[in-house]
Formats: sequence, structure tokens, C-alpha cells
Amino acid sequence: MHIAEGFLPVIHCVAWYAVSAPFVIHGARTVITEAKEHPESRLLLAAAGAFTFVLSSIKLPSVTGSSSHPTGTGLGAVLFRPPVMAFLSTIVLLFQALLLAHGGITTLGANVFSMGIAGPWVGYWFWTLSNRLGWHRNVGVFLALAFADLSTYLVTSVQLGLAFPDPVSGLAGSVAKFAGVFAISQIPLAVAEGILGVLVFRLLTDVAAPELRRLGVLGAAREAVA
Amino acid sequence: MSKKTWTTLALIAALVIIFAVSFVVGGLHTNPDERFAGTDSVATSTIEESNPGYQPWFEPFFRPESGEVESGLFALQAAIGGTVLGFAIGALWGRRRGERTALAAAPAEPTP
Repeated sequence: MHIAEGFLPVIHCVAWYAVSAPFVIHGARTVITEAKEHPESRLLLAAAGAFTFVLSSIKLPSVTGSSSHPTGTGLGAVLFRPPVMAFLSTIVLLFQALLLAHGGITTLGANVFSMGIAGPWVGYWFWTLSNRLGWHRNVGVFLALAFADLSTYLVTSVQLGLAFPDPVSGLAGSVAKFAGVFAISQIPLAVAEGILGVLVFRLLTDVAAPELRRLGVLGAAREAVA
Repeated sequence: MSKKTWTTLALIAALVIIFAVSFVVGGLHTNPDERFAGTDSVATSTIEESNPGYQPWFEPFFRPESGEVESGLFALQAAIGGTVLGFAIGALWGRRRGERTALAAAPAEPTP
């Protein structure tokens, strides 16, 4: 989902920066407030950020014969609601843009939008939907992480399609072409990320039950022995 | 073993199976030179193919000079994340244990 440095026209870079900036600022304030008012949730905040840090550094093979990396943003979105992930993802993307030449400074706004804003919100919607339907919370966690991952790559496809519309098939054809590169490769990775998320979440419910209850994560979904 | 342990093992097995299948299926019909290329770089080359006139207008300030250096920096990122994640879970575990010990010790205290 990292759009390479310089690979978006200037006007698109500026526009995505403008769209993402308010989310990132709001996210940073949310992180600071949360850490100040609830020092006990600092460790969970660190865990959410670290989870994204690890997952986005690992490139995994996919059935299509290409490799791609998960995003790990769904976990933090479930724990702390999506705004914090806009800020935490920006840190991850800055690290990768500056040290790894992966993604870029000019495309940071667009990449933050797909990974730090769209993905976490889609994941969070699936988490709330699953809770409303009364499904087990592990199902909700699985859906949240898998769809946060998958939707990030779909948004990247739309962003590239908007920037490089196909001369023949236009915008739709171009989005479909980029989705062809990203989406199918991403499906097994998204499923894997969902499963990994359930494993980590089960671990967190073991060690951080009171914190999760205060955040409203436990008790939101049907509780059952897993 | 408890049901919980079995669930954990089943989930880990599912992860292994997904990547084993991906690795085998992904290696079947692909050119060995292009096998398991990153989707990000595939997207970049797709742009270059369909828009041959496009010139990237900005270059990264710093680019790892070799694949080895790049892998090392990716490993560094994973290591930082893993360390922080491990510390957070370990500290939470210690917090719970501290609470349990305090709870167990409380009734033993003499009441004034």
C-alpha cells in the first residue's frame, strides 16, 4: 500500500495531505489525552503501536506469486477507536519513508489516508457490526483486522486509479487494474492478519482484562469462554 | 490440554497452513525472476508501463544502497516493534500478578 516517493502528481499529494492532516492532529491529541488521563492504558497504546510497527515491516508471500505486508491497524482501532491509529500509522510510515525509502514524504498524506484512516475505520465498523449482531468477540476481532488490512489496499488502488486513469477504460478500468495488483494478493494476508489478531487479542484479554473493560472493549461483545 | 490451548494451537496451525499454501501456489505459475516481488513495486512498474511519460518528481533523501542493508533496516523495524510489544505484554502480566499478590496478602493483614 506504500505509494512510492514522487509517484503521485503534485496536486494529489497536496490534496491527500489536506484530507489526512486533521485526522492525524486529532489522533495525536487523542493519544496524548488518553496517556495523560489514563496512565494505565499507556502499555496498551504502546502494544497497539508496536503491533502495527512489526506487521508493516514483514513482507509475506501470497498465492498470486507476489508478496505484500499486513498493516496491523485493526487491533488499535478496536482497542482505542480509529483516531489513535491515524497518528500511530503516521509514525510507522515516516520511519519507512525516511529510513527505508519505502513509501515517501510526498506520498505520506495518501499513504496515511489508506493505512491510518480508511483501514482502521473500516475495521472498526466491522467490529461494531459484529458486536451488534451478537457474534463472539473473536469473530469481531478477526473481521476488524482482516478488513482493515484489505480496505487499506483497496483505497490505495483507488488513489492510484485517480492519479493515473487508464486512457482507454478510464478511472474504473485503472482502479480495477491496481486492485488486481493489490487486492487478490492481499486476501490470504488479510485472513492471516485476522487470525494473528485473534491470537494477540486472546493474550491481551488474559493480561489486560481490567484495562480492556474500562475501554469498553470487553463487555462490548458477547463474552464466552474461548 | 485445555480447550483454550487447543484453540491457540489450531489458530497457529491455520497461520502456518495459509503461508505454506501461499508459498507453494504462488511459486507454481510465476517466473522465478519475478517470484514474490513486492506488490508496492509491482504497482510502481504498472504505472511506468501505462504512463511511460511520467517522471517521478521527487526522490527519497536516503535510499538503502543494497537489498541486504534494506532487509537489515526492515529487521530493525520489526525488532523495535517486537521489543515494545513484548515489554508491554510483560509489564501488563506483572501488573496482574502484583494485583493478585496484593489481593492474596490483604486478608492476612491484622485489622486494627
